[in-house]
Amino acid sequence: MSTTTTTQAAAAQAVAPEAGATPVLELAAVTKTYRVKQGMFSAARPLHALGGVSLRIYRKDVLGLVGESGCGKSTLAKILLGLEAPTSGQVLIDGREVTARERTVLARRIQPIFQDPYSSLNPRKSIEDIIALPLVVHKIGDSASRAKSVARMLDLVGLPQRVLRGYPNQLSGGQRQRVAIARALVMNPEIVICDEPTSALDVSVQSQILNLLGDLREELGLTYLFISHNLAVVEHLATRVAVMYLGKIVEEAPAAELFAGPRHPYTKALLESVLTPDPNLSVPDTHLGATYPNPIDPPSGCHFHPRCASALEICKTTPPPHVRSAQGHVDCHLHAVPAH
Amino acid sequence: MSEPVLRVENLTIDIPMAQGTLHAVRGIDFELKRGETLCIVGESGSGKSLTSLAIMGLLSKKMRCNAARLDFSGIDLRKQSPRAMRALRGDRMAMIFQEPMTSLNPAYTIGDQLMEALQLHRPVGRAEARARAIELLGKVGITAAESRLSQYPHQLSGGLRQRVMIAMALMCEPELIIADEPTTALDVTIQAQILRLLADLQREMNMAMILVTHDLGVVARIADKVVVMYAGEVVEKGSAREIFETPRHPYTRGLLRCIPVPGKTRPGEHLGSIPGIVPSLIGHMDGCAFRSRCDVAEVACASDVPVRRTGEDHMYRCIHEVQPGAPS
Repeated sequence: MSTTTTTQAAAAQAVAPEAGATPVLELAAVTKTYRVKQGMFSAARPLHALGGVSLRIYRKDVLGLVGESGCGKSTLAKILLGLEAPTSGQVLIDGREVTARERTVLARRIQPIFQDPYSSLNPRKSIEDIIALPLVVHKIGDSASRAKSVARMLDLVGLPQRVLRGYPNQLSGGQRQRVAIARALVMNPEIVICDEPTSALDVSVQSQILNLLGDLREELGLTYLFISHNLAVVEHLATRVAVMYLGKIVEEAPAAELFAGPRHPYTKALLESVLTPDPNLSVPDTHLGATYPNPIDPPSGCHFHPRCASALEICKTTPPPHVRSAQGHVDCHLHAVPAH
Repeated sequence: MSEPVLRVENLTIDIPMAQGTLHAVRGIDFELKRGETLCIVGESGSGKSLTSLAIMGLLSKKMRCNAARLDFSGIDLRKQSPRAMRALRGDRMAMIFQEPMTSLNPAYTIGDQLMEALQLHRPVGRAEARARAIELLGKVGITAAESRLSQYPHQLSGGLRQRVMIAMALMCEPELIIADEPTTALDVTIQAQILRLLADLQREMNMAMILVTHDLGVVARIADKVVVMYAGEVVEKGSAREIFETPRHPYTRGLLRCIPVPGKTRPGEHLGSIPGIVPSLIGHMDGCAFRSRCDVAEVACASDVPVRRTGEDHMYRCIHEVQPGAPS
């Protein structure tokens, strides 16, 4: 089982965005603001879940999206799936804008795989019905061709045909996640949004699902947005990584570059908190003293400054500059190019 | 050498079910001294959480728990009445659960809950209990501890709630603390902070700690001793160094190959995996429970499996005498 396919390893290395290539998926200055009430009598206040996110995903890329809970990762995924409309900004597919009203257009090309295979599959539907549902919703094919597609999907994700008539409760966690993957792929999407696809699974099953996702990407030429808090997994699978903090992408770079030389202090802290299984090391000190800020009341200047070990005076007052590098960007005063 | 705080010998837990008896824990042994951290690792259904509940006397009445020995600081836990167990829990032994939101009472303030933990076991007044609560909140790294006392659990973030849980467990300075997946529900950054805190406090108070987890990264960084459980059995036991550097049991070795390790596994390469699923634990079982998923299994694996020892404390259960460097 543990044969190393070197071609695959090579292919997983960053697919450099070719100059002039159109990103398959692009977010342009997307914001999302919710209005929330904190008490029975208080007025609703704005919560900026996404504060101007620009992101490009190129074909066959695996973009790892990392950040703590509450940073806006899931809001971003919902907007991409057309489940939420952005407050402002654009979502573009192949350079063409899609509005939330064209949800079915999005759904044909972008499909999700969710975290918990125990709650994302309808317990009262058979496996066949679950996998075929997207085809039914989009009125694709007749029952014969649907059955054929479903059978093909089972082969693809490594499930035996006998599970077709079964129900989710008869399957193990890993098998359920394979069903969820089959359901996502039955529409032949180009982009799959994987929202913590392995964090509810046991270690031995997690590796099987990660291997499967890697193989499927090769075989079908898929593009992934891979949302995870497990940085070891992100490093393993991603070609590019975007780090989110409080609704903004604070650093983005090719995976190898970001893991070898993180630039944003927050990225550094995240990488330091990865616990590699090395018995000679103890638990690291991340120096992230204060807790995650309240998104309703974000800190002034750079949102990260209260937790940042290397914060400067300017970080408290002025939002950080957007510093571009050859293949990415970092939003941080420490990397600001001095003005002339 | 000091006497162990906890001594578990041949612990079994059986659960009667409609289809037969489910043998959830099948004869496990371990012991733990003051100041030591023992990690119990295993996947879902391996019996690791039930083991910790059995020590705390928190198993449901339907479950049958037997042991040749279950001693805590010279007290035979098998013979204690429910009332005596209640007096021990929270006082000399305490537990921290995975989900702090469900283990704190949403209707009472943090202060009330912390103070209750002390006043239940010690003849102290409110003022003294309050002072102790503030002291411990400070110790677990909560700023403005005094103002937190009047807050309710929902007003705190997940990381803060878990700190409150830890403070509550430490109110009476227990000799033994059991933490069941204490950081699984938390962000990686908070996870590192909470684990560091637990390790520091454990050292400072010279407690014995059992940490139940499925995260091998956590185990490597915090454990002195490791118990690897599979299908209700201890398949391998040893020091953290032995388990991670010279693992012997095919299951332990398989698990370690499953996780991507930055710098060791190459990005995109196939990770190791363990095919198949955990066998049903209902009814009579014999031989090695891992044999259906093991790639070095033989016919002999269906008969009795010898316990092999390679060092003072390192043991594994396999018919093969596995060499640490050997491929499997």
